This record gives sequence, structure tokens and C-alpha cells, in this order.
Amino acid sequence: MSNDITWLTYFVLSVFVGIEVISKVSSTLHTPLMSGANAIHGVILLGAILVAGEADGFALSIALIAIVLAAVNMVGGFLVTDRMLQMFTRKPVRKEVEH
Amino acid sequence: MAIPEWAQLLYLLCAVGFILALKGLSGPKTARVGNLIGAGAAVVACTLPFFYADLDHVVFILAAVAIGSAIGVIGARRVQMTQMPQLVALFNGVGGGAAALVALLELRHFAELADSRLYVERGLDVPAAYLVATGFTILVGSVSFAGSVVTFAKLQELMTSRPVVFPGLPIAFGGGFLAALVLAGLIVNEPVIWAGIVLGLVGLALGVLLVLPVGGADVPIVISLLNAFTGLTVAAGGYVLQNTVLLVAGTLVGASGTFLTLLMAGAMGRSVPNILFGALKGGSTLGAGEVSDRPVRSAGPADVAILLAYAERVIVVPGYGLAVAQAQHTLRELVDVLIARGTQVDYAIHPVAGRMPGHMNVLLAEAQVPYEQLIEMDDINADFKQTDVVLVVGANDVVNPAARTTPSAPIYGMPILNVDEAKQVVFMKRSMRPGFAGIENELLFDPRTTLLFGDAKDSMGKLLAAVKAL
Repeated sequence: MSNDITWLTYFVLSVFVGIEVISKVSSTLHTPLMSGANAIHGVILLGAILVAGEADGFALSIALIAIVLAAVNMVGGFLVTDRMLQMFTRKPVRKEVEH
Repeated sequence: MAIPEWAQLLYLLCAVGFILALKGLSGPKTARVGNLIGAGAAVVACTLPFFYADLDHVVFILAAVAIGSAIGVIGARRVQMTQMPQLVALFNGVGGGAAALVALLELRHFAELADSRLYVERGLDVPAAYLVATGFTILVGSVSFAGSVVTFAKLQELMTSRPVVFPGLPIAFGGGFLAALVLAGLIVNEPVIWAGIVLGLVGLALGVLLVLPVGGADVPIVISLLNAFTGLTVAAGGYVLQNTVLLVAGTLVGASGTFLTLLMAGAMGRSVPNILFGALKGGSTLGAGEVSDRPVRSAGPADVAILLAYAERVIVVPGYGLAVAQAQHTLRELVDVLIARGTQVDYAIHPVAGRMPGHMNVLLAEAQVPYEQLIEMDDINADFKQTDVVLVVGANDVVNPAARTTPSAPIYGMPILNVDEAKQVVFMKRSMRPGFAGIENELLFDPRTTLLFGDAKDSMGKLLAAVKAL
């Protein structure tokens, strides 16, 4: 199947892009980066929705559980990352006033 | 099911969004925007199926999404900054679990397909590559789920944070791994649902066995590794569902997560195999967490206040204990007072201070400590020789000279802050209990060291009052 070669191409290129885009990250941002990347794989929610849309009976209930889990991962992940990063951005301004 | 072209184009846009998100997240100025781009891309990607896929049970699906989102929002809002690592672990685990469940359902779908009249009459088979990817997703997703739960329990201190090793562990792990291979082989040969379920159960067991022997200080690296695992399962799931955005997003996270894991391990001077399997070789549990009764020199807040107030150069080494006691705001006030008196004060930040790399920066940023006062280890280590007083608050392992001197210590080889080179060291500690890695710290018994016992917030308040009174 030459189609599979296309998929392999997507995969290999994504590996290189994934490494390249974060190669210069400072250790300060390791935690938010991990948390943000963690939220991105929450997009498995998309897969869970697709599967649930075709399932019935017991399979449907399993698919709905998968949706709940994936939504926790995705929504919670992005929110908690934002909460962390919020603290990075409101940096020094207030300090100067206090002196 | 064919995806219409307009939807494929939007999926492509989402994939680009994820790349920009990771790119943004790796720079301090762009991080927040990056995260928002990622969130936007994820929301768009998950909305698209409702417009092209002709889904059944839309009401149930939306209800499940709402429930999951609500749990996520509550978790993300309520969590204390100190508990961030365990929350990330938990979010990662549920993502892995979701991927494994999706793959199980796809396996069931393939099994029905293989039994269908069309396939049987024409002698068709489900392509092996799909079944390999399905098996991979079930196995690794379950490993990630169970491993993350154990990680959570360790960080939340629901169980011991020390390495848990029992005699049959390597054999159990090896046996489980072999069983997983056999089951995966069965699935590839013929899609049978029971083999998938057993494979998932074996994956859960392997996840527990994988994380149990990991010591507390190394847990953050394991979270990062499991995060990469989940990324790869999502990628494999994307291939099974023939959905490009899942494949690209999962692969991006898998690759960057693996790279990040190596970066973190490097910052701690550890190798990933050593972290995972080091405890199995035995002999790396020094001190065994016992509290020593050797003499130490302790002092009251007034004495420490004098030490600090008349020093020219002070370095503060903040640790996880500081944040647990919620003393970072008082610490910032104390540092402000000292600076106003003309003392040069900086914070020395170890790469893994707190419970995750960069965790301490988040905790201090929460207390509005100016970014410029936070100096990273490599930039400040040369300064300790000229430092009059080092104030270590709730940190232990990152200043433990055993990392340089004791090859049998679990933290041996980890770069540490050279606090032992300073003229005076003050430890603010709750008790003589060793740090997260469970190793006694020789520095506590050094003649240049003074200990200020008590709850960090309480002592810090008294210290602040005493310095102000001088």
C-alpha cells in the first residue's frame, strides 16, 4: 500500500519537527512545556468522538468514558498550562513600586 | 469514511497550530500565546467531526465532553501550584487511558469487519499495519495510564516516594513484556477482542511495575517519559483512524516529549535507563531514610537575622518545602528588606528545584519575585565562594554534596548548587527528615552550618520581624 508510505512520511517529518521546535527551550520552561505538550495529546478526544459516533450499546458506553477522559486531558491540560504561564508574564512591574 | 477536502484543510491548519504551540511554549515571551494557539487548534480539530462525520448519539457525546471539560476545569482551577506535577501526571494518564479505549473499540470494529460476509467471501484481511498500531496503542496507552497513576500516588505521598523493589520484579516485568508481545502477535494474526482486553490489562500491570522502582527525585523525568508515550499512542491511534491531525499531534508530542525527557535527565546528570532500572540493580538506597541523631548546630530567628542583616552577599536557595509551607511571599518580603539595607541578594535556582524542572520558577513567579533575581545554577555556582550567607529554605537534595562524593547515593552525578563553598550556611528545616530522594545530607553537620528549625512560614515571619527590628 503506497498509502502507508504517505503515513510514514507524515510520521517521520513530524518527529523531526517535534524535536526541532523545542530544541532551544530553557530549563525554566520545562514544566509548562511538558504540561502544554500533555494538553496537545488530549486531542485524542477527536478520535474518541469519531468512535463514539459509530458505536452502540456497550461499546458506546466505553467510547463515552474515553471522551470524558480525553476531555479532562485536553481542557484541564491547556487551562493549567495557562495558569502557570500567567505567572511568568506578570513579572517585575509591581516590585519597583514597592521600593 | 472519506473526510471532505475542506475539513482536511482545516485539519492541516490545526496541525500547523500544534507546531506553533510547541514553538511558542519553548520561549518565555511567546509561551502563553503558544499555549492558546494549541488550545484553539485542539478545539477546532475536535469540533470538525460534528460537521462532516454524520455522528450518532450527538447528545450523549456532547454530554460526555461537558462532563470531562468540567472535571478538567475544576482540577486546573483548584490545584495548588505545589501540586502541579501530580496534576500533569494525572492528565497525562487519562489521555493515555482514552487512547487505549479508543484502540480497543477499533479492534472490535476490525474484528467485526474480518467476520463480515464481504471480507469472508472475498478472503480479505484487515491490513496487518492497522492491527500492529492498534495493539501498540492499547499496550502503551495502558502503560501510560497505570504508570501515571502510580506517579501521582508517589508525588501526592499516598505511597512511599522511595524506590519500591521486590525480588521477583525484573522477572515479572520481563514476563509481562513477553506476554504483551505474544498477545500483540495474536491480534496481528487475527483481530480478536479478548486478546485486546488482556493486552490492556497486561499494559496496566507493566505500567505499575515500570514506575514502582523509580525514586522520588526521578519521578518528574518519568512523567515526561510517560507524556511522550501517550503522544506516541495518540499518533498510532491517528493512523488506525486514518486521521492526519491525530497522527501529527501525537508524533509531535512523542518526539518533543522524548527529547525533553533526555534534556531533563541531562540536567540531573542521570541517564533514562538508569532512572528506570537503576533501583533494580540494588545497592542505591543509602541512608534508608533514617533520622540521624548526630549533633547539629541550631539557632533562633534572632541569631539568623543578625547573620543575614550584616552580610554583604546572600544567596537564597529555595526548595519544594518553601512552597509547601506557602512561605514564598514572606521570603520575598525578607529579601526586599535585605536589598533595601544594601545587601546583594539572589535566588539560586537548581534545574530541578521543586518537583519538576522549572517548577520553582513558577512558584516564585506566583509570589511576584522579579525574574532577574532568579539565577540558574550554572550562572551562580561560581559565586558561592564569595558569599557570606546562603539561606537554604526547604531544599535538601539539590545542595547535598553526596551527589559529588558518594558514588552509592541515588543522586550521585547530579549537578548540585555548591552551597558547601559558602562562608556560612543557614538551613531552614521542619525536622531532620531527609529530602525527597531519602538521603542524609552531610552539609547539615558541617561546622559552618546553622539550622533554624520550624515551619518555614512561621520561622520566615519571625526572621522577617527580627531583621526589620535591627
